[in-house]
Amino acid sequence: MQYTFIALVENKPGVLNRVASLFRRRNFNIESLAVGRTEKPEVSRMTMVVDCPNGDVDAHKIEANLYKLVNVIDVQDVSRQPSVTRDMALIKVKAAPEKRAEVNSLASIFRARIVDVATDSVIVEVTGTEEKIEGMVELLRPLGIMEMVRTGQIAMTRGANAGIRRMPGMEDNGYEYDLEAAEILS
Amino acid sequence: MKKTGAEIMWECLVREGVEVVFGYPGGANMPIYDAMLNYPIHHVLVRHEQGGAHMADGYARASGRVGVAMGTSGPGATNLVTGIATAMMDSSPVVFITGQVAAHLIGGDAFQEIDVTGITLPITKHNYLVTRADEIAEVVREAFYIARSGRPGPVLIDICKNAQIEQTEFIYPEEVKLLGYQPPARAPQADLEKAVRLIEKAKRPVILCGHGVIVSGAEEALLHFATKTQTPVASTLLGLGAFPASHPLALGMMGMHGEAHTNLAIQNSDLILAFGMRFDDRVTGNLKTYAPKARKIHVEIDPSEVHKNVHVDLPLVGDLKNVVSDLVPMVDEYDHDEWLNEINGWKYEADERSIMNWPEDGKLYVAHLIHDLWKATGGGAIITTDVGQHQMWTAQYYALEKPNRWITSGGSGTMGFGLPSAIGAWFANKDQEIWAIAGDGGFQMTAAELTTAVQEGANVKVAIMNNNFLGMVRQWQEFFFEKRYSAVNMVSPDFVKLADAHGVPARRVTTREEVDEAIQWARSIAGPVVLEFRVEKEDAVYPMVPAGASLDQMLRRPVKQ
Repeated sequence: MQYTFIALVENKPGVLNRVASLFRRRNFNIESLAVGRTEKPEVSRMTMVVDCPNGDVDAHKIEANLYKLVNVIDVQDVSRQPSVTRDMALIKVKAAPEKRAEVNSLASIFRARIVDVATDSVIVEVTGTEEKIEGMVELLRPLGIMEMVRTGQIAMTRGANAGIRRMPGMEDNGYEYDLEAAEILS
Repeated sequence: MKKTGAEIMWECLVREGVEVVFGYPGGANMPIYDAMLNYPIHHVLVRHEQGGAHMADGYARASGRVGVAMGTSGPGATNLVTGIATAMMDSSPVVFITGQVAAHLIGGDAFQEIDVTGITLPITKHNYLVTRADEIAEVVREAFYIARSGRPGPVLIDICKNAQIEQTEFIYPEEVKLLGYQPPARAPQADLEKAVRLIEKAKRPVILCGHGVIVSGAEEALLHFATKTQTPVASTLLGLGAFPASHPLALGMMGMHGEAHTNLAIQNSDLILAFGMRFDDRVTGNLKTYAPKARKIHVEIDPSEVHKNVHVDLPLVGDLKNVVSDLVPMVDEYDHDEWLNEINGWKYEADERSIMNWPEDGKLYVAHLIHDLWKATGGGAIITTDVGQHQMWTAQYYALEKPNRWITSGGSGTMGFGLPSAIGAWFANKDQEIWAIAGDGGFQMTAAELTTAVQEGANVKVAIMNNNFLGMVRQWQEFFFEKRYSAVNMVSPDFVKLADAHGVPARRVTTREEVDEAIQWARSIAGPVVLEFRVEKEDAVYPMVPAGASLDQMLRRPVKQ
């Protein structure tokens, strides 16, 4: 199962390497990782999509290990929170002049844009959820995709929602202990 | 006032209360060594940077303060790596300071340039590459704070040569300001209450006392908690000494070479209170069959240890001393007589098999001589060890009453740790009797530090358990590889002559009768002494839980007829 985390980290050299190294060391599998600046110059924001075969147990491990990095300020799991997620792709498609109209009409269905036209190819820029981009890619594939690049997913929770912060020891850590499930305390 | 980066570094070390550093100079840290002469910090010239790293580690563990080791760039820094990893695995607060080539040369494969921050990334709590003099004060301040706070650990500072030389205004940061990194202090009240209710329901509770108890200084809180609730206390290898071995509730060491009754108590318990330990595979055996009937409460400062190996029912994340102290007044008094009697039954059965109760058969057993050392030193010495059979026997038979006197490489199992860590421990406490217990193999890994001990006049006694074997590997080959001995026969130098060449008094001991006299002779000499004990060659450490086996599936010492 895929989980999406937002991590705020100090905007310092080497922090991305620390995070990537941690994921490698602890055997976590990153599906995508996007990093960029935030409204605060000293803080960078990472959106990470990680494969968690053991569900919440893995999610806990990831969060707790991220906090071991001194440069990590905050980690949220937004997998199940109402949120906006976006990915962007540039797709270079084979398109002789007579095919351009077809590409253009496909692009407009997806509210994608053609951002470059060459003699026998065009570059399509598409932004949206992962599914939307996958859909666009599938439709363009028969025309012949020459190159593709994707930014990886970025995410933001809607309104006042926040992600789960499941660090044990914190109040309201979102943890449902087995303890209660077993009703041993009732 | 303007100072060079190197001067600022030393200024900061003085303000951190550093009294000794263990290091080795070289091209990339020469400005640091030049500036050192103007500061009141003692420098110990080690013979190999690994030795320096273990000394700083030993110093840290014996004193509870931050140790400091230094090396130059390139090979100087890579030689530290084993020592850094050792400190990391055992949560030991050590600051490592390495020189690095000038910033403008970085990335160009300059002479003795190695990406040290890259190499040490996974084996440090945090590390820094400093390229400018004006970063040094803040970085050193942070490094010490990070090394000793929360779950302690090693921090490395790699300082470019230009940053050591450049002059800048020295401003000492009064506070450490970190955006992230907030070690948890106390567990939430609601969780403490849940813990109390679990403790209330327990009929067969057991405390697993880990290194965290000592790191946190929670020994007294543990004693109150254990006696009030009459809960027996089993220790991890590094938790030994946190709870007095002579206490009726003390179960001794758990795990692969733990006492049989201790492992049986864990397997049969209905509540495990894990205090500052991390369920290492050497402690749990097969996880699928580990303490199957027990509810588990895990008191731990590092949230990433929670549920890592063993899924627990209730994590109490916080500083152990706070958490246990908070729990003491909340819990009721219990007696648990039935449970303690049951454990004592197992204990009696274990005693029958104990080598301690064997009649003399003319052979010299490590277990016997560790017991003799314990008696001779009144159980009060600082003991450091290498790794292997002698380490386990020492853990089993040198019964510790107090913390910070047991210095051994647990997590990383680093051979060659014993002698240098003893030298480091001596700098932490020069009045204390210190014994380094080593095997013939491990001793030779860092034997060069014997001359460091001589140069410093370090009053450490080295006891070499010489069985002409890499004993623990031999034992595994005997048990699990049909006795096909592969690369375990070891021809060693004449240790007495070797010591003599260093100007160190030394004796060879071959029988049990000579043991006590030799120990007393060593104790009577101020300064380093080497005792070589020619011990039984093919003895094995019992009990033993084979790797991956269930904790109650122990190989037991055959009962002597």
